[in-house]
Amino acid sequence: MRRLGLADIRAGLADGAFSAVELAEDRLAALEGAEALNAVVSPMPDRALEAARAADRRRAAGEPALPLDGMPVAVKDLFCTEDVRTTASSAMLEDFVPPYESTVTANLIAAGAVLAAKTNLDEFAMGSSTATSHFGPAVNPWKATGDARPRAPGGSSGGSAALVAASVVPAALGTDTGGSIRQPAAFCGIVGLKPTYGRCSRWGIVAFASSLDQAGPLTRSVRDAAILLGAMAGHDPKDSTSARQPVPDFEAALGGGVRGLRIGVPREYRVDGMPEELDALWRRGAAWLEEAGAEIVDIPLPHTHYALPAYYIVAPAEASSNLARYDGVRYGLRTPAGTVEEQYARTRRAGFGAEVRRRVLIGTYVLSAGYYDAYYTKAQRVRRLIARDFEQAFERVDAVLTPTAPTAAFPLGEKMDDPIAMYLNDVFTVPASLAGLPAVSVPAGLDAEGLPLGLQLIGRPFDEETVLRAAAALEEAAGFDAEPEFVR
Amino acid sequence: MALDRATVERIAALARIDIAEDEQDALAGELSAILGWVETLNEVDTADVAPMTSVGGHRLPWRSDEVNDGGYPDRVLANAPDAAGAFFAVPKVVE
Repeated sequence: MRRLGLADIRAGLADGAFSAVELAEDRLAALEGAEALNAVVSPMPDRALEAARAADRRRAAGEPALPLDGMPVAVKDLFCTEDVRTTASSAMLEDFVPPYESTVTANLIAAGAVLAAKTNLDEFAMGSSTATSHFGPAVNPWKATGDARPRAPGGSSGGSAALVAASVVPAALGTDTGGSIRQPAAFCGIVGLKPTYGRCSRWGIVAFASSLDQAGPLTRSVRDAAILLGAMAGHDPKDSTSARQPVPDFEAALGGGVRGLRIGVPREYRVDGMPEELDALWRRGAAWLEEAGAEIVDIPLPHTHYALPAYYIVAPAEASSNLARYDGVRYGLRTPAGTVEEQYARTRRAGFGAEVRRRVLIGTYVLSAGYYDAYYTKAQRVRRLIARDFEQAFERVDAVLTPTAPTAAFPLGEKMDDPIAMYLNDVFTVPASLAGLPAVSVPAGLDAEGLPLGLQLIGRPFDEETVLRAAAALEEAAGFDAEPEFVR
Repeated sequence: MALDRATVERIAALARIDIAEDEQDALAGELSAILGWVETLNEVDTADVAPMTSVGGHRLPWRSDEVNDGGYPDRVLANAPDAAGAFFAVPKVVE
């Protein structure tokens, strides 16, 4: 049952090859056996088995199968889950037990999913390695050939990505603010999709940067990403930025092929110091799509170079505002002191790790009197130019092909003492985030060290269907079927 | 822009985060490096560009001003570090 994806599980349950309870028990045992990945913050075995029993009861009663009936899914520990602690991998929320369920996880439960575990992440989703977690780093199931050093799974959705890559669960939920689904997907050799901003409700997701945060699926196939996204998406009155867009049948879009599609290749993504084999893989990806009938078009995205610095003003600014709520009064950690002012400052010192403190301080500075226009307003103006670059590109092309991350997975612990080196991980993913566009990472090959590399496809707003179609073509051409060391 | 210790202290006070005195120099260095890097944005001419405050630009929805949730103070207070009756409790703020 280890290698079964969501589509396989749907077929297996329908045929009676196994029951949902058998599958859940098997996957819960696999979760227990995957402790070395440090990918789980809180397991949910009781809740999972109850959901699996309900799926079996429905089938026994002859009811039509729900879209995710009996399918095990792991959940990034940033989604609030009713009566199951939700930590954001922070000391601040170590004992926080939400009295409510996030809209996206509620949608999955209503679709019959078996939520199996809450997964490790960078603290408050701030990071590209899952090493800023209060619970210690998650570990990538992949290792380089002849190199025993454990690797980072990427981040911030690193626990989710590691579990899917190690075939512990068939699918997991992540969130992506500047690349936190796509970069770990690339590092772990799986599929990760960031939907259009507004496609999935943000209600009940611990907020990082509200104009950028978006939930999405991590899976081992493009088809499974389409299946999971379909159940996650939809308008939600509880999120004022949730879009009133109909949810198409994403899976039905997959068979479309790419014949006649125009795929843009942006010259500005060919950055200094990019490994030659990544550049070669990118060219190969374009050739694969061309052989499948797409037309490759060289396009300019002239402001690409400025996306990352703009992001590192906008995201910390929003974070400093969102994280103001952690004051030791209503929930979360409290470090008592004589006055309420002292209590705030001590609580926030004790509850936030170094990277979160750094970002809150940067955000506070760029929003402070005298600096607001020079930093924050300037970054918002540049953000518009980046969005405009894409609007102009999409007058000529249907999707854009780029690498997902500038390198393969690095060894655990690297880049931790150099914030900017860590931020550069997101150089290819941040532009689509700033523009609010849907983007997917597809595993496309292994580098010379045997580590996975991903290619990214970016699409028009609310055109996940074209993104998924092109991703399916890329997936088929790449034929990526390598398995990580952890499962060999 | 290079931040000095006094500025770091001021930002930390605004952010309500205790920073130990012996951390201020290292933090000033890190924050200065990040600010120096983001200042590459000054190379971009944005004179005629309006700030982008949200994606998609759809109008914020309205709803009627009616209570549609609540009435369970125990659940609201369940995660409170300290509560008194149906209230959150904090150290005395008014003499």
